Amino acid sequence: MPLSLRTVDTIPEARAVLATGQARYLGGGTLAVRAANEGDLSFDTLVRVADPSLGTVNVTGGRARLGASVTMSAILRHPELGDIAPAARAIGGPAVRTVATVGGNLFAPTPYGDFVVALLALGAVVETDGGTMALDEFLLLRGRFDGIVAAVEFALPATGTFRFAKVSRVKPKGLSVLSIAAVIETDADGTVTAARIALGCMADRPVRAEKAEAALMGAKLTPDGVAAAVVAVSHGIRPATDPIASKWYRREVLPVHFRRLLLG
Amino acid sequence: MTKKVPIQITLNGEERAEFVDSGATLLRALRDKFGDTSPKGGCHQGTCGACSVMIDGELHLSCLTLAEVCEGRAIETTAGLAKDGVLHPLQQAFLEGFAAQCGFCTPGMIMAAKALLDHTPSPTRDEVVEALSGNICRCTGYEPVIKAVLSAARANSQKVA
Ligand SMILES: Cc1cc2nc3c(=O)[nH]c(=O)nc-3n(C[C@H](O)[C@H](O)[C@H](O)COP(=O)(O)OP(=O)(O)OC[C@H]3O[C@@H](n4cnc5c(N)ncnc54)[C@H](O)[C@@H]3O)c2cc1C
Ligand code: FES
Ligand code: FES
Repeated sequence: MPLSLRTVDTIPEARAVLATGQARYLGGGTLAVRAANEGDLSFDTLVRVADPSLGTVNVTGGRARLGASVTMSAILRHPELGDIAPAARAIGGPAVRTVATVGGNLFAPTPYGDFVVALLALGAVVETDGGTMALDEFLLLRGRFDGIVAAVEFALPATGTFRFAKVSRVKPKGLSVLSIAAVIETDADGTVTAARIALGCMADRPVRAEKAEAALMGAKLTPDGVAAAVVAVSHGIRPATDPIASKWYRREVLPVHFRRLLLG
Repeated sequence: MTKKVPIQITLNGEERAEFVDSGATLLRALRDKFGDTSPKGGCHQGTCGACSVMIDGELHLSCLTLAEVCEGRAIETTAGLAKDGVLHPLQQAFLEGFAAQCGFCTPGMIMAAKALLDHTPSPTRDEVVEALSGNICRCTGYEPVIKAVLSAARANSQKVA
């Protein structure tokens, strides 16, 4: 089916094109153009927004704001985003990272969405054309979301508090068996004072591991100290079965990798 | 009839313009309209890397790029690498190191390697492996390809020295 590309200047104009029902928003296109190549007939128009501010990164007052069109390569190049670079580097090969956007990653279904796992642990908020909401909330409604994401925003983690692991079978690049991101703060004697943990491939979208977060509070990052959290991390998960791994395998290996991430 | 859209690009240093089908990928446009068959269509899914080209100096998958998005931009493909009949150091290294067997992945491998060497002229082995990680080869087992990229980097640095 012929496909047409519309380039507009602003998000409201793009929203008007999307309202026709046969259009899809175009970020970097790694999923959207692929869908068109695969014969997806649910859209005949791709619409992109030329506004350069969507592609900018702002870091001020310890907070980072990434426009929806910021690419994984741009994150890797940014001198103040070094702590979260491992999550951007985990996505695809170099050519995918050149174009893959933060905005597109928010909509990428399991086993994709590794960067969003990081954003969830970072406690990001999502700015949309209809208002701002917590990423946790956005992920719950994303199947029904028909707006446009303008940016994500989060507090930069204190040095050494952000941890990220992506497990894949093909090295160095491969889709996720699972991914885990955590922001863990400790006091001077190593006791955990705050923990946010997010998991990829443990549902159809990234999810928080709240029971594990609670189990870590007041604990030490030692083999005995993390034991309860390692058990709790599997609470409520519904891992995916796909060509990368079965749900059984994902369920078995999650605690192993989570323990390594905490003790590493 | 599919709508045609005009696009103008700089292809391997040359100003070119064509009418392409609306919504056509850059891969289709290069091969079917601009007559440059060096980028290969392996999967059309972003997975194999055989269609890799450079757009404004950055590595892109031409199968996932709409031709219209490339309006006014500079595209480089393997077809433009040899100058006056002399192969590019990467091409020479691939030839000498038997890094191409069936050759289907080779244009993509070479563009991915060029994207690395343009920014990192003396890469480590790990950097080469990472740079080629989006490119699949079903023949060589990768080792000759990695060695060829490292040897092209060495050849380049000797030329500069
Ligand atoms: C070979 C390959 C390997 C990959 N590997 C990984 C990987 O390891 N990890 C991973 O997480 N992903 C991976 N991906 C998936 C994908 O590249 C990334 O998830 C990427 O971040 C998607 O962004 P995009 O800009 O390309 O999205 P697009 O394809 O442009 O868009 C994806 C979807 O999101 C919607 N959308 C995009 N931006 C917005 C916005 N601002 N507002 C509203 N809707 C929007 C689009 O309409 C579309 O439905 C891979 C893809 C390929 C082809
Ligand atoms: S044809 Fe583009 S990545 Fe395979
Ligand atoms: S040489 Fe045949 S696929 Fe690489």
